[in-house]
Amino acid sequence: MKKVFERPKSLTDVHFTYCAGCTHGMIHRMVAETIDELKIQDRTIGVSPVGCSVFAYEFFNFDMVAASHGRAPAVATGLKRSLPECIIFTYQGDGDLAAIGTAEIVHAATRGENITVIFVNNAIYGMTGGQMAPTTLIGQKTETTPFGRDARAHGYPIRIAEMLATLEGSSYIVRTSTHNPQNVRKTKLAVKKAFENQLNNKNFNLVEILSTCPSNWGLDSIQSLKWLEENMIPYFPLGEFKNI
Amino acid sequence: MAKITVEQERCKGCGICIAFCPKKVIQLSKNLNPKGFFPAELINEKECTGCAICALMCPDVAIEVYRQEREKK
Ligand SMILES: Cc1ncc(C[n+]2csc(CCOP(=O)(O)OP(=O)(O)O)c2C)c(N)n1
Ligand code: SF4
Ligand code: SF4
Repeated sequence: MKKVFERPKSLTDVHFTYCAGCTHGMIHRMVAETIDELKIQDRTIGVSPVGCSVFAYEFFNFDMVAASHGRAPAVATGLKRSLPECIIFTYQGDGDLAAIGTAEIVHAATRGENITVIFVNNAIYGMTGGQMAPTTLIGQKTETTPFGRDARAHGYPIRIAEMLATLEGSSYIVRTSTHNPQNVRKTKLAVKKAFENQLNNKNFNLVEILSTCPSNWGLDSIQSLKWLEENMIPYFPLGEFKNI
Repeated sequence: MAKITVEQERCKGCGICIAFCPKKVIQLSKNLNPKGFFPAELINEKECTGCAICALMCPDVAIEVYRQEREKK
């Protein structure tokens, strides 16, 4: 029998440190497969964030730089400008990108930096034990909003893809999801396009991927995929916000 | 003819492959792995179509899929 599905070469053999059922791992696979398919493993440099994916440099089988919290787009800017022949991407959670790193992502986008951003939105701070993130939904219970997020006290969840799509410097801004096979396939296509655009010297490319956090949502793996579909997608609609 | 292999030490028994397998031919093993999880295993090789949906959804990239190549006309 012929092998028709195997681990991509751009992943190491190291076991992921993610909780059971956490979709960070699926997203890692899609990034690694894309890099294999585009044959750019030898000239890709990824920038890992602070968050559960802080060890991404252990899992990806190419050069990686670890940035301090939220600063990945600034590090990526420096890498791309000094090594323009390299393919540079950041991998960031919503706490990293949409809270402490808001300034860096907005300005990297508006400068039109020729980089690719993989933005993993799971509506919570995973690594630190489940505090409210800027993307936490109204009514969502977290460690710091035990009665649910209340707009009057905590403000409204931020829609990063829509916001960055308004900036002149962005080229490709899309939101996808991981809750079923059809959407995982669409996510893969979006990730690939976001890398191809960089190869074609288009400006700033970002894929916002809705992801699960079973541990801090207090749900099992399957319930989490359902919770994402039923609660996150109505507020974070899927689709292309910019493609020029 | 098709089959999957699940890397037993890597699997965390999350059950996503089981939920999405259209043929319902995956189950959790009765044996704990070194991580302390009950990993997934294929229970019926005859029914597996090699569609790879399980591998597509596996968050730990623990599944490989094998398929008999179609005979060329
Ligand atoms: C300067 C700084 N402030 C705060 C923290 C604590 N901290 C670590 S990870 C994190 C948020 C992680 O959430 P997210 O980016 O959504 O990633 P996830 O873990 O959910 O994948 C915070 C606030 C830190 N490490 N450094
Ligand atoms: S805490 Fe949440 S985001 Fe972090 S690995 Fe566990 S499930 Fe994934
Ligand atoms: S390849 Fe398809 S039929 Fe076979 S075990 Fe996986 S999901 Fe089920």
